[in-house]
Amino acid sequence: MSDITKQSLTELVENIKSKKLSSTDVTKAFIQRSERSSELNAYITDDFTSALDKAKKFDQNPNLDLKLPGIPMAVKDLFCTKNVKTTAGSKILNNFVPTYESTVTENIWNEGAILLGKLNCDEFAMGSSNETSHFGNVQNPIDKNLVPGGSSGGSASAVAGQLTPITIGTDTGGSIRQPASFTGIVGLKPTYGSCSRYGIVAFASSLDQAGPMAQNVKDCALLQEVISTYDSKDSTSINFKRNHYSKELTKNIKGKKIGIPKEYRVDGMPKEIEDLWQKGIQYVKDCGAETIDISLPHTSYALPTYYIVAPAEASSNLARYDGVKYGYRAKGENLIDMYEKTRSEGFGAEVQRRIMIGTYVLSSGYYDAYYLKAQKVRKLIKNDFDEAYKKVDAILTPSTPSSAFKIGEKTNDPVSMYLNDIFTVPVNLAGLPGISIPAGHDTKGYPLGLQIIGKAFDEQNILNIAFAMEEKINFKNKITDWWLK
Amino acid sequence: MSIDLKTIKHISKLSRISVDEKRAEKLADDLNSIFEFIEKLNELKTDDVKPLTSIAETTLKFRSDEIKSKNIREQIIKNSPEDNEDYFVVPKVIE
Repeated sequence: MSDITKQSLTELVENIKSKKLSSTDVTKAFIQRSERSSELNAYITDDFTSALDKAKKFDQNPNLDLKLPGIPMAVKDLFCTKNVKTTAGSKILNNFVPTYESTVTENIWNEGAILLGKLNCDEFAMGSSNETSHFGNVQNPIDKNLVPGGSSGGSASAVAGQLTPITIGTDTGGSIRQPASFTGIVGLKPTYGSCSRYGIVAFASSLDQAGPMAQNVKDCALLQEVISTYDSKDSTSINFKRNHYSKELTKNIKGKKIGIPKEYRVDGMPKEIEDLWQKGIQYVKDCGAETIDISLPHTSYALPTYYIVAPAEASSNLARYDGVKYGYRAKGENLIDMYEKTRSEGFGAEVQRRIMIGTYVLSSGYYDAYYLKAQKVRKLIKNDFDEAYKKVDAILTPSTPSSAFKIGEKTNDPVSMYLNDIFTVPVNLAGLPGISIPAGHDTKGYPLGLQIIGKAFDEQNILNIAFAMEEKINFKNKITDWWLK
Repeated sequence: MSIDLKTIKHISKLSRISVDEKRAEKLADDLNSIFEFIEKLNELKTDDVKPLTSIAETTLKFRSDEIKSKNIREQIIKNSPEDNEDYFVVPKVIE
């Protein structure tokens, strides 16, 4: 079968279960395509030799009752993988080999999947274009010299480019949904507390969540079902009744109330985004849902709040990189000098900038003015959603204020880069689930996404709405394989 | 408000990140534009708002204080940039 890599996860699982394909066939196909795709720079570390061994072993005694039987999968290099190098896209971790496995990846391997390799990302997941990675920028399969978005840029590129059937990313302010939107794929940021953070390199602990990135909604639901488990090793993991998301998936969304927040109609938003949003509103109506105009009055304060909360938490989380216990170490004349040089040489510019912002807002005399203020505004933002959800079941917005931009276009202006996350950040601040689905193309032919935001723990509902919309939208990603060698 | 070079030096010290003059100037520019953007929060009156300190709204669970990982000394030491026997090595601290 020559078109193995074009198949969805669901198709591959069916074909392995019915023995039309072996795990070795599938794994080989994705390895070959990955090897021909070095120009995308989607991988930081490959684990191909070991993956093929595991596939052969799986085929000798296949357990076909598993949810991901013998499915090869590459994952974002922010998940610690036992005995496989984990860099978080940073020089400071460029030789770090974890001696333990993250809970989310462990769940995936326990269901029969096989690690293909570790995917490129912005350094410590801080970025919106994958340009802050120590291991170089990633190309968007849609067009040459186009960013794939970030921070899960390698993950998005690898799914859209068919280097992996599906993947997992992490989302702190939009890092799954924005790259999903830029590359024409589906990306789900689950409710805070739904997927364990154990073994994920920490960025901003009150915002970070792992989630699936997939070719379609059904695949996304299946992987969410696998990764969402209660975990006592994460003190903020929440023990709630989790659905069988893929089994319970339905296109019947009749009577659902979908909120359209007026504050997401931001100044300077391109007309094509507005048009896409209107099309989305029509699609949900065609599916039998009702749309209701709502207000989320504090929306414009979400980004400034995020740029206090996230760097503050990052400055604390990243204090552990001191060149003593693991990672990169620079030579220094004394201990302090060693710390300062290690961190100056080991962290890239964006990470240093965020550590400094975080340190400043937490420093003596500024804590109340910035950090406490931000926590109060965060409460107001959450209250907005609580209020809205008294009237509606979900909220529909664009995923991003623009389509993918060119490599280098925004690197010199941090604020314009940060504005990419204007529609995704409020969701993290409120701890809610959000999904981005591909919904159309702009005039340049680049993909555009729509976001559906749900109530906390209501992943099933937004997956259902996405599933129903997906059929109406009938999106076709325009991939020309321009990069293949 | 404006962040000057002296403040940058102070933050860099607190952050344990050494910064030379040229980078300090660039950082001051960047941080000033970011803080200008952050200042928008001052439009809001928040005196009566309770800060959101935990998004999950659950109380942290207690667990018994048991050792679960045994004999992992070797694993812990494995990734260290410099070690000696069972110890991490750092530049001399006490003369």
